[in-house]
This record gives sequence, structure tokens and C-alpha cells, in this order.
Amino acid sequence: MKILIAKPGLDGHDRGAKVVAHALRDAGVEVVYSGLKRTPEEIVQDAIQEDVDVVGLSILSGAHVPLARRVIDGLRAAGAGDIKVVVGGIVPPRDIDELKSLGVARVFPMGTPLPRIVAAFTGQGEPSDSGGLGPASREASKMKGAGER
Amino acid sequence: MKDVRAHAGFPIKPVYGPEDLAGVDAERDIGRPGEYPYTRGIHAHMYRERLWTMRQYVGFGTPKETNARFKYLMAHGQDALNVAFDLPTQLGLDSDDPRAEGEVGRVGMAVDTLADMEEAFAGIPLDRVSVSLTINGMAAPITAMYYAVAGQQGAAADRVVTTPQNDMLKEFVARGTWIYPVDPSLRLVADLIEFSAKHYPRSNPVSVCGYHIREAGCTTAQEMAYGLAIAAAYVELMLGRGMQVDEFAPRISFNFTAWGKIFEEVAKFRAGRRLYARMMRERFGAKNPKSWMFRSLIGGGGSAFVMQEPENNIVRGAYIALAAALSGAQTIALPTYDEAYTIPSARAQLIALRTMQICAEESGAADTVDPLAGSYYVEALTGEMERAIGDELARVERMGGIVEAIKSGAIQAEVARQAYLFEQKLVSGEIAKVAANCHVGDTAAEADREVALYAFDPAALAAQVARLEKIRRERDNAAVARALARLSDAARGHDNLMVPILEAVKAYATIGEINRAMKDVFGEHKEPVGF
Repeated sequence: MKILIAKPGLDGHDRGAKVVAHALRDAGVEVVYSGLKRTPEEIVQDAIQEDVDVVGLSILSGAHVPLARRVIDGLRAAGAGDIKVVVGGIVPPRDIDELKSLGVARVFPMGTPLPRIVAAFTGQGEPSDSGGLGPASREASKMKGAGER
Repeated sequence: MKDVRAHAGFPIKPVYGPEDLAGVDAERDIGRPGEYPYTRGIHAHMYRERLWTMRQYVGFGTPKETNARFKYLMAHGQDALNVAFDLPTQLGLDSDDPRAEGEVGRVGMAVDTLADMEEAFAGIPLDRVSVSLTINGMAAPITAMYYAVAGQQGAAADRVVTTPQNDMLKEFVARGTWIYPVDPSLRLVADLIEFSAKHYPRSNPVSVCGYHIREAGCTTAQEMAYGLAIAAAYVELMLGRGMQVDEFAPRISFNFTAWGKIFEEVAKFRAGRRLYARMMRERFGAKNPKSWMFRSLIGGGGSAFVMQEPENNIVRGAYIALAAALSGAQTIALPTYDEAYTIPSARAQLIALRTMQICAEESGAADTVDPLAGSYYVEALTGEMERAIGDELARVERMGGIVEAIKSGAIQAEVARQAYLFEQKLVSGEIAKVAANCHVGDTAAEADREVALYAFDPAALAAQVARLEKIRRERDNAAVARALARLSDAARGHDNLMVPILEAVKAYATIGEINRAMKDVFGEHKEPVGF
């Protein structure tokens, strides 16, 4: 399992991104962190270059919908639509469905307990219907996606 | 017996007594309010003579919407403003810049040109209302716009009271609205301080922030230590320009947070005032008592608040207001209960203002100065905090000083490490958050409950861009080009950049154009990335 934790857009708040990156690394996930103010295009490029399974976007500025859309569209256009995208940050409840309809696999709004975020990636303690990002689903998606990448 | 520790790390005893004050010299260490070393506060009679200023952080959408919200809060008794700018403005991007997509008017109001600042302060007399501008990388042009609007209104320069945040060093550690590399960023900080000290004697041209570094994860002691180290760096910067310390130090102000353990926060401010006074008098040789005073806005940290059962945050806000009042704040601002979801609604902002007013008018916290003085616990804790802050200051020195430690990313790494430790304490329950990690209620029922939230108006973007395009068409574009060329030339040399920036601003140059004129010369900051 390899993940790119990325800060798209102009938001400079990186506490959450770094805490999640740290926790996932401690849980055995390979983590790449983008640093601040990356464009969606740069994030797509990094995700493909680093051959990650998941891109985690951290956005606290309210710009999550357009930024997530551009990353997902960019991944699909680059033939890397098998890379899952998750979003964390200040996300009002009414925006969660919209993000999911764009193709965001999971949304972790402010206040999500850290163990629940980690479990979503490691597959431990996750309910089976929660769209786990863990090793099993990753292997399946890798097989599907191998030709495209 | 339960083990209890301060956020700063040292243990808290179950009982304190006279033996805990063994090393304290009451005259030397505690003194009187309004007297050196100001442990008990910077004014002799504090809130009996003047209540703290109530200054909620406000700004969203267009300047027109923000102006209406300013007036709404002022009509309910708020006596000063604290302006939030959107991220494109903070980063020097025009509202129609492709990189601004989705961000215009989101976390603050959009400002492209002087016309926006004129609209934001229409009907607000800038010779009577003090205004904080939460702006850093673009502090010079935004403050220039503010000075220009004040001039248009006919306000005398010596009546203008504004506090641009203008604290770039903390932006490299937390908050992240850096643009240029560290050294040219510091030059702009110094240019604004110097220009304001000469021409706007009542402005506070830098507000040194521990707040955001604490919000990014550091401890209470680190918050104060990093803030003091950053303040010292700015003092050295100005001394390096040939200014005398008493020419600018009286107008240095501070912005810190107060959430968590009430007594630890009070001790942090009491220790911080003492350390700052000694530093300014003994290390920098300041003679004017105003140069020794740690004047602070205390803003409740939004990270104190949780998403679960958000109305409980109103109660948390009341404790923060109490902590800030007991700490001797000059200005208080509170986060709003809905901050974990989105920017504040008008209702939430009014509740925050009412919380401060209740604390001021009803609780008795404003009746007497530094009411916790002499408490065995609080005096011992003040001493512990002073030692802990001193330890952190010594660590900063071992990293090569605050500027070097920021350039290398060492401070950022330490803050991230502390943020992770804090999160682990939330997971373990060592740090309690009611309804989030203890006394958790019916989460399913809670998830279905509606919280009335502010809704972003996408029409704001179109209005802002239309206005910007109109100004670009109608202004004297030759004058803009001349002003921008002069700005780039000045950036290559050593003259104070506020002069050409003011000229560009008055010609209605955009924030993006002004930024580009400097970025072409200064280049961009490269972040030391890590976690």
C-alpha cells in the first residue's frame, strides 16, 4: 500500500495532512507527502510517478469540490483512474455526497478519529461495506488497472 | 491517583502550598500590575479603566458582503474589526487567476484592488475604529490600500490605528501563506514596520503570532518561546536598519491563543510578559516602558473545538473567554461553534461576541486585575512555565536561532512531531474531548441532525471578477505600468518598498500585478517538505 498525501490549492494548513501521514507510516503504509500548494496537475503527475494506490487530498479552505474534481479528472485522463482518491479536511456534511458522486472513495471530515482513518487504509476493523482502501481491494484494483497504467 | 501533566509537559501536583513559592521573589518576579516586569498585566487598573477590545475575525465573499457583516457585528456592540482575506488575496493572486479557482471569497473576503478595500470600509470611520488586517505575505500592499482608504476618508495619519499581522516567520512554520523566500519576506516585514513607524505612529505594524504555531500542534511553552524568538528576530532586523529600539518596539503587538487548561494559559501569559519585558529591557536596552509591554490579542484556538455535538463548542468558547480575561488580554476574539464545518454563520459569530460580552459584563472576571495572583498554584505554575519557555528558547538557539531553524525546517518538524503526539493523546484519552473521545453520545442520531451552516454563494466569484475586469479597463494603464516598473526597480535595490507599493495601489494596480512585480525579482520560497 502506497499513498500520496497531498495539499492541493492555496490552503496552508498542514497539521492534519502531516498527522495522517505520520500515523499511516507508523501503520506500515508507504507514504509520500507533497508539501503545500500543489496544483491538481502536479498531484496527478506525482501520483503516477510514485505509483501510489491512493491519493489523499487535505483541504481546509472550502475549495474541496473543484480541487477533487480536477485531480480525479486528471487521473482518469492520464489512464490512472484506478488510483483511489480520498479527501480530508473541513467538509460540510452537504458536500460529502457531491464529493462521492465525483468519484471520491472516502471523505474524512474534521473530527474523524485518527484510528478510523488508519483502519480505512489497513483494512483492520473496517466494516465491509465502507469502501475499504485496504490491501485486498487494492490488489483487485491493481489487477484491473495494470493495463491502463 | 490520576497522573496529570500540563500541555507543556511538566507534571501538575494535586496540591500546592507555600513551599512551592520558595524561589519566588514577590517584588522582583510578580510586582504590580502596570509595572515592570508586567507579570500581573500591562495596565495598573486593567479592565476597570478599559475593557478588552472585542474583535471577531470576519471576512467572506465580496467586500460588499463583508462590509455588511462588519456593520452587523458593530451594531451588536463589537468595537473593532479583524479582517479575514481569502487565500488568493493572501497569496497575491487576482480573483481570475487559474490558481485561484474555487478559493475566491472562501476563507475571507476577496481583494483585487484598492476599490475593494474602499467598499469593505465604506461607512466605517477609520479614524475611530481600529482594524486588524490578517495579512502576511501581502501585508505591504494590503496595508498600503488601507492607508489609502483612510486618506480618502480624510482620516489624519496619526489617527489611523491598524494592525497588519505582517508576521512572515510564523507563516513559514504554520499557516503557510508564504510567497517569496525568507530573506526578501523579512525585508518586506521590515519595510512595513519602518514606514508605519515614521508615518502612521499609532499603527501596530507587526503582530507576532504564537497562535498559529500552537494551532499547528506545538505546546504552550513552545508557543510562547517561538513567539518571543520571532519577536526578537524582528527587533534585530529593525536594529540592523539603524532604527533605535524605542522607535518601533512600543508598537509591536502579539497574537496568542488560550484554550485548554485555564490555569496553564494564565501562567503562560504571566510568564511570557515577564520574559518579554526582561528581554526588551536587558537584552535590547529599551528605555521606554511601552517597549517592555507584551500587548496581546488572545484568540481562542479553533483546534479546541470539535465537530461532534457542535453546540458544546459554545461552552468551550466561554471557558476560553474566561482564560483570556484572567490572562490580561488587551483584545479577545473567539472561534465560533461551527468552525469544524465551515466558516462562521452570522448567528455563530453573534454568539461568540455575546460570549465575550457575558464574560465582561456578568461574570466578574473584569472586576479586578490579575485575580489569580498570589495563588500558590498559579504563581508556581508561572515559574514552571517560565522555565519551560526558557528551555524551548535554548533549544531554538541550539538549532542556530529561529530564522535558521525555520529555513532548515527544524521548527516545522518539531511542530509536526508535537501535533502527532497530541493526536495520540486524543486517541488514548489522555487529553479529553467530551462527546468526541469520552462521554460519546448516540453518534448515529447525531449524524442525522442538521446544523445551520453558512452557505457559500458562488455568485460572489462572478461579481468579483466582473468588478476586476471593469477596473482593468477603466484605470490609467500607463500609470499602472510605470508604478509597477518602479516597484520592480526598487525591489532590486534597497529602498523602502512601501513607497512604490503605495503608488501602485493608488493607480489601482491589482494585488496579482504587485505580487508579480516583486516575485520576478525575489523568486519563490522552496518549502523544506517533511513530516
